[in-house]
Amino acid sequence: MTEPAVQLDQIAKRFGPFTAVHPTSLDIPAGHFVTLLGPSGCGKTTTLRMIAGLLDPTEGEIRVKGNRVNEVPIHRRNLGLVFQNYALFPHRTVEQNVAFGLKYRNVSKEEAKRRVADALSLVQLPELGHRYPRELSGGQQQRIALARAIVIEPDVLLLDEPLSALDANLREDMRVELKRIQDRLGITTIFVTHDQSEALAMSDQIVVMSAGRVEQVGPPEEVYNTPANEFVARFLGASNIFEGRVADATVDVVALDVPIFGVVPVPAERAQGLSNGEPAKLVVRAEKLKLARPGTDADGAVSVDGVVEAVDYQGQVARYFVRTGESLLQAVNMIDDHPFAEGETASVRLRPRDCAALPGNK
Amino acid sequence: MLSGWSLIRAWTILVYLFMFLPVAVVVLLSFNASQFGSFPMTGFSFRWFVELWHNDAILRAFRVSFVLGALTAVISTTLGVLASLALIRYDFRGKNLISTALIAPILVPEVVLAVALLLFLRFLAIPKSFPLLLMGHVIFTLPFVVLVVQARLVGIRRDIEEAAMSLGASPRQAFFEVTLPLLAPAIFAGMLFAFTISFDDITGTLFWKPGGVETVPTQIFAMLRNSISPEINALGTVMIVLTVGLPLLGAAVARRLGSRTN
Repeated sequence: MTEPAVQLDQIAKRFGPFTAVHPTSLDIPAGHFVTLLGPSGCGKTTTLRMIAGLLDPTEGEIRVKGNRVNEVPIHRRNLGLVFQNYALFPHRTVEQNVAFGLKYRNVSKEEAKRRVADALSLVQLPELGHRYPRELSGGQQQRIALARAIVIEPDVLLLDEPLSALDANLREDMRVELKRIQDRLGITTIFVTHDQSEALAMSDQIVVMSAGRVEQVGPPEEVYNTPANEFVARFLGASNIFEGRVADATVDVVALDVPIFGVVPVPAERAQGLSNGEPAKLVVRAEKLKLARPGTDADGAVSVDGVVEAVDYQGQVARYFVRTGESLLQAVNMIDDHPFAEGETASVRLRPRDCAALPGNK
Repeated sequence: MLSGWSLIRAWTILVYLFMFLPVAVVVLLSFNASQFGSFPMTGFSFRWFVELWHNDAILRAFRVSFVLGALTAVISTTLGVLASLALIRYDFRGKNLISTALIAPILVPEVVLAVALLLFLRFLAIPKSFPLLLMGHVIFTLPFVVLVVQARLVGIRRDIEEAAMSLGASPRQAFFEVTLPLLAPAIFAGMLFAFTISFDDITGTLFWKPGGVETVPTQIFAMLRNSISPEINALGTVMIVLTVGLPLLGAAVARRLGSRTN
């Protein structure tokens, strides 16, 4: 097995009495796109800044390509850094911006020129070399910032919310673009974001963080489908979570008994090895709860009737809030034909194989 | 009929006349050919400017003022930039106190500051000298530099410097390659401020200057005590051109610098 490009070994960061990052270990394999995902204040940016060398970890060790870098100042770490606000040098042209890092690396003039041109064409802005940053749009500026970071052929590319300052449409384009460039260069990338859709769309691995701790590490599908805990379930997309108890656990199926739906047989690989009689939580993604007209065939799904209390119409999809007894269920469904209306009675259905089970409160 | 607006307009004009008419009179009379600095003017002449040029005391005073102003500008700007960097970029104990202390000379009446420094020097039994005069000027020009530079520095995002360092620039290189060029317009403006303030200062200078040393303002003051010579009008005109012209020139240069960086 090859050595990880970046290793965090029990690193922690405290500011006085406040712990921003609790001791955290993480291996980032070479060439991977790893996302640190979490709400603001979860320690993801602090972690990134420690890797970059902008903050000293209070304890633990950071290794890049196997070498301890704790004592290496930022300008000797050979990292590419891209910021939310681009951080281009306003007094330099685009070309000078991109060439900046090459000045500190023994690169001949011709070579530098060629590499700047290559980087600019890689970000699809080969024509803008003589402009100043202020003459460019936000999206263009961020591409230049990316070109500036990759032209030095860094060991690791660190991206600190690089898409958050862009408009929604542009953000999606840049997402694709960024992923394309990363694939093409095969560069190890650590991406910090609070946006779950960015994380899901781009990452090889997602590291979900909360309150200075890692909650879960895994590929997007795994993190999305089998959240390790309630925080992850709620943070990645809208989830419905029901308290219950394991009624019957076998090798293949863990049957959960939850008050609203009755017994739901969850596949064992989504049930975290829960055993008989344990308190448990049933997690159902909002888009896996399907609303149907009452009386239609449930087709093996578990179903319960409820009253639509609110409809959030979004064009292709609608978000429904459905009242069943004490609970308010959230369902996001594609709209075919007509959306359900407020006050209408609907049959809420779920397929047990779409659910996941978590350990409940003891 | 006089509407409210035309009243306000008339009033405004009066205020401006009150402020600038005396200055205009001085400038006008400096070109008067007559022996006496008063109206009616008897003809247009540069003779008083020529006389200025031949007056050794005035030339000496100009030299002193220029050297004093230039040294004040350089020292004040250097200290001011360093102080601003510390205050904006770093956190340390007593930061607010130091910040207030640096700005305070603006708030304290200059006479008070002048007397205080004089008494302090007396207390330490240090004789008055040119370096001490220079020190006094640095003290009360420093706040202007600090304020101007700080304002600009706040606008230079820290992540621009961080970006430079991530690309391989040492903290020093990052400062000289990125921070300093972006700060240049403010440094330039601060320098001009310091120079002009020092150049036309009289209150502090009167208290602090050692015997035999005269700056242009104290020279004018001394001349006024004897008689009102038309030479003084000419000297006044030169001072006005310098103290108004320099900042205007500075603003123009700063705008040129700034337009490239913003």
